Amino acid sequence: MKSFLQLKKNLKCDFTNLKSVRMAVLGDTATQFLVQALRGTGFDFGFDLIIFEADFDQIERQVFDTASELYKFNPEVVIIFQSTHKLLNKFNKLEIEQYNTLADSQLKLIDNIYQALIRDLKTKIIFYNYPEVNDSVFGNFANKTDSSFLFQLRKLNYEVMQYASKHTDFYLCDISSIQNQVGKSTMFQPSIYINSEMVLSIDVLPYIASRNLELISALYGKFKKCLILDLDNTIWGGIIGDDGIENIEIGNLGIGKAFTEFQYWIKKLKNRGIILAVCSKNKESVAKEPFDKHPDMVLHIDDFAVFMANWENKVHNIRQIQNILNIGFDSMVFLDDNPSERNLVKENIPEIVVPDLPEDPADYLEYLYALNLFEIASISNEDTDRTKQYQIETLRTEIKKSFINEDEFLKSLKMVSLVLPFNKFNTPRVAQLTQRSNQFNLRTIRYTEKEIESISLSKEFYSFSFTLEDKFGDNGLICIVILREMDEINLFIDAWLMSCRVINRSVENFVLNIIGKFAREKGFTNLIGEFIKTGKNEMVKDHYLNLGFKQKDKLWILNVTDLKNKKCYINSKENGFEQN
Amino acid sequence: MDLNRIDILEQLNKIFVELLDNEEIRIDEKTTQNDVEGWDSLIHIHLVVALEKRYKIRFTSKEIQSWTNAGEIINSVLSRLV
Repeated sequence: MKSFLQLKKNLKCDFTNLKSVRMAVLGDTATQFLVQALRGTGFDFGFDLIIFEADFDQIERQVFDTASELYKFNPEVVIIFQSTHKLLNKFNKLEIEQYNTLADSQLKLIDNIYQALIRDLKTKIIFYNYPEVNDSVFGNFANKTDSSFLFQLRKLNYEVMQYASKHTDFYLCDISSIQNQVGKSTMFQPSIYINSEMVLSIDVLPYIASRNLELISALYGKFKKCLILDLDNTIWGGIIGDDGIENIEIGNLGIGKAFTEFQYWIKKLKNRGIILAVCSKNKESVAKEPFDKHPDMVLHIDDFAVFMANWENKVHNIRQIQNILNIGFDSMVFLDDNPSERNLVKENIPEIVVPDLPEDPADYLEYLYALNLFEIASISNEDTDRTKQYQIETLRTEIKKSFINEDEFLKSLKMVSLVLPFNKFNTPRVAQLTQRSNQFNLRTIRYTEKEIESISLSKEFYSFSFTLEDKFGDNGLICIVILREMDEINLFIDAWLMSCRVINRSVENFVLNIIGKFAREKGFTNLIGEFIKTGKNEMVKDHYLNLGFKQKDKLWILNVTDLKNKKCYINSKENGFEQN
Repeated sequence: MDLNRIDILEQLNKIFVELLDNEEIRIDEKTTQNDVEGWDSLIHIHLVVALEKRYKIRFTSKEIQSWTNAGEIINSVLSRLV
């Protein structure tokens, strides 16, 4: 972790070419250092944070007065940092009989703040939760009486989680857990607080800023999707090839408990949608043996989307894994106990995250907990069966090899697609896909669930979502198109993006057939496309050219009046398509 | 003892150069907050923390407010080192 002084040095760096985000910081204590730490950390995370810092203790004034600087600034992210100390001050001034109302009244205030912000701003709200302060007025009895500050504080932290789970665009930055990690004496320095109204010590600022930027990264589509694991001495103790299945440490043998608990953690990651892969120097049959036969193994073969056990170097194998999964290296984490393997991977694939695992496997979990590698901004049902989808994809790749002719292969898949406008059932997945798709994405505009919802209700927009199912299984919702009426003859393609798992399956042609027909039937003449280049969407730079659009300045135009259907091997699934 | 004062002043200078990112800064025992451009209340807090770290000491809240010049800061540090 960089020191605060090092972060301050970042402020002098060149921020051009970084993703800029307009961020407002509203706090009830002094936030100048926090703001510097945020901007400095932002640089290391690839963000140019344009920060508006409200004057000291102005949260309510800024939020409830729509003529305030906050609304003029028009932020994309608002940070609300109400400190535990100010909350305690509030509590101290209450009448005795009101003590037990603190959490409820504070939650009400939080709700008012949220409602006011989302009414007039198109912004995400990041709320810092409350690190614990125990005023020790009741001793342990504080846990048994709702009029203690501790009781109200813990209740509030819990209630605000409930609140976050029910409100879109309201996110919690868990600074309370940072205090648990670093200790209160590191988090808070009383003499500084008394002299400056700052409740965060200089030493803890980098942790807070990091936790905050991890959340912002996830909100803007940068997060980890895949965990690649070494086997020997990483997920079990010992070397399977030398020690044999009965002697590897897992379960009750030796320090097996450390590895068992580690595997449970990995399993939980898999269950929430992280794709697992193995990359191990081993004979494949030997490497797979414990998964099949060892009674104490928590992880099983079918938990992994890709299993690479061979004697090739790991850089090569990780490139293979990347190739199969078709996701960016920057969304992958590689865990290996061997420092020289780690260095080899780091040197050759700099984008991948390679944590320096501690020497003692007993330390693995605490070390990885603190790194907070697997931040995420939303989850959808599709996350949970992602591994299965990648396993099926691997199978498809195998089958494809037996076909000489690509068309024959596609035909044999017997693909069907369900085409639907956005609705309340697919909104979470639609928003998620706009957040996550980087490669097959023509304009890379990100939408929140709320924005998707308003598009689905708007008369100006037409929305399309596409699923893809074939004889091997259902890929779920994989493609989105949003059309916007420019005038009576022109329909602008506001969004066209697709999951990379279904590339080369003629989905583009199918989609064009659908939206071309739609445009024609609605009486439009042209579809207007635009390609906005990012660092990642090279794949679709000729997308419109390939589909027969004609270039005009920066736009691409396709006359749909006599548009012939493009060749594709996908049939529409029976279901009435009604737009608006 | 005198050597200690010089040592601490030297450290103080180093800290100021780093905090204000200005190689030209030179302070002596008589230097006050008004003499140094950029020595505002925020830098002051940062200075306190840097000194505390450097000497593994903690100042009291009152001390932090009480200093009128660099010499008094050095007095505070010295009194805690004995």
